[in-house]
Amino acid sequence: MTDSPARCPVRDWASDYDIFDPDYVRDPAPVWKELRERCPIAHTERWGGSWLPTRYEHLQKMVKMVPALSSASPLVVPPSPEMIEILEAETEKHGETSRTPPITSDPPRHRPYRRIIMPLFSPHAVEKHIPYTRDLCNGLIDGFIGEGRADAAADYAEQITPRVIAHILGIDPARADEFVTWVRGVLEFGLTEPEQMVEYRTRIRTFFQEMVTERRETPRGDAISMLIASEAEGEKLTDYRILGMCSLLLIAGIDTTWSAISSSLLHFATHPADQARLRAEPELLPTAVEELLRFYSPVTMGRIVTEPVELDGAEMQEGDRVLLNFPGANRDPEAFERADEVVLDRRRNRHMAFGLGIHRCAGSNLARMEMQVALRTWFDRIGEFELADPDAVTWAGGQVRGPRTVPVRFAAA
Amino acid sequence: MRIKVDPDLCEGHNRCFALAPDLFEVDDYGLSQALNEGVVPPGLEEKARLAIDNCPEFAISVVEED
Repeated sequence: MTDSPARCPVRDWASDYDIFDPDYVRDPAPVWKELRERCPIAHTERWGGSWLPTRYEHLQKMVKMVPALSSASPLVVPPSPEMIEILEAETEKHGETSRTPPITSDPPRHRPYRRIIMPLFSPHAVEKHIPYTRDLCNGLIDGFIGEGRADAAADYAEQITPRVIAHILGIDPARADEFVTWVRGVLEFGLTEPEQMVEYRTRIRTFFQEMVTERRETPRGDAISMLIASEAEGEKLTDYRILGMCSLLLIAGIDTTWSAISSSLLHFATHPADQARLRAEPELLPTAVEELLRFYSPVTMGRIVTEPVELDGAEMQEGDRVLLNFPGANRDPEAFERADEVVLDRRRNRHMAFGLGIHRCAGSNLARMEMQVALRTWFDRIGEFELADPDAVTWAGGQVRGPRTVPVRFAAA
Repeated sequence: MRIKVDPDLCEGHNRCFALAPDLFEVDDYGLSQALNEGVVPPGLEEKARLAIDNCPEFAISVVEED
């Protein structure tokens, strides 16, 4: 994308923000602070154009504007012309416009699909995956603890989440590296490089078509078999719909939680007082996880305006894209005392890292469990650790923000 | 002390259940209900307040007794 508008410096963040600006991706908080005071719902023409709310109270209102703010296209950038062509062909063939329900659905179609997947992620269902997750974390640590150094993102966080979601879906966890490549192709690089989006979306769907065909012949006790056996709106799900739902579960379960775990470990590697405190007071972990979710919220979701909406002077027109900036709302000083500090024992924390309203992240209990087990196991096994090379830290942003390289060192054991 | 979960506001975040499993139960869809018809056993009032203060949907409240 040689003519990418990202190459021009931002003139004014209120009217020309760039969600892929490298400095913004690394630390967006100063921009949100400025916007909250000066122009709390910013606008840009970049990346297809969008609106960016920054205040907690505005996000609270916007999540309830359903379907005026529709989930038909929840990505933070519009589909590319190539993608539109593919989607239109699919609509013609399958008569479907909501491709990955329930995340792309509005009421009333949203609820029946959501109810199919929710039982996979209830607190009780998630608890059953703790031993698998703990063994996995221990196995990863076994691999690098003798070296006294590791990449907390690439060698640890990134290895955990694809295997856990594969374990739940009933697909081969040994293919985790491929799943990571596919998901990054769609959700990380694919947003700015459309050919990657097309390529990896196709790979994911081809893979799941194979899995679904196998299970139609021989059902297993896994989540894909459960989808095949499920009904919504009085009918069994079509393969097209099941592929959409499987893609959603895979994509949503990987770089989101991986980002949250990486951010948390980066935080502790660079904040020795917090690291020492969590070591001394391990019972703080659940509260600390919520605080890290607030402070380093990875996920921003898109909405499409379907009827004119006016909010605090911003006039959003039909067809406009709105970015539900949950991460920005979570830093709003109107909603949180000491909003720009990580307070491990924050007592009152109504953060919206998992969104709010009917589209609240279906996997939030799983994400929490993975964060808790990953951090608990890391702290149990690894002694004092620090960032080995601050300049080597890299970030991804856009839909999902988090560090992708976090080199740390510690005493080898 | 008596508390209630507004079923129209609860979206199943499960923060209350995580913080105060003695006071809430959640169903397969994540939706929460106050146990014991919302009556908070003595000694658990602070847990109840903690649950109220961490519900992102502002779905939990204290029932005012006459």
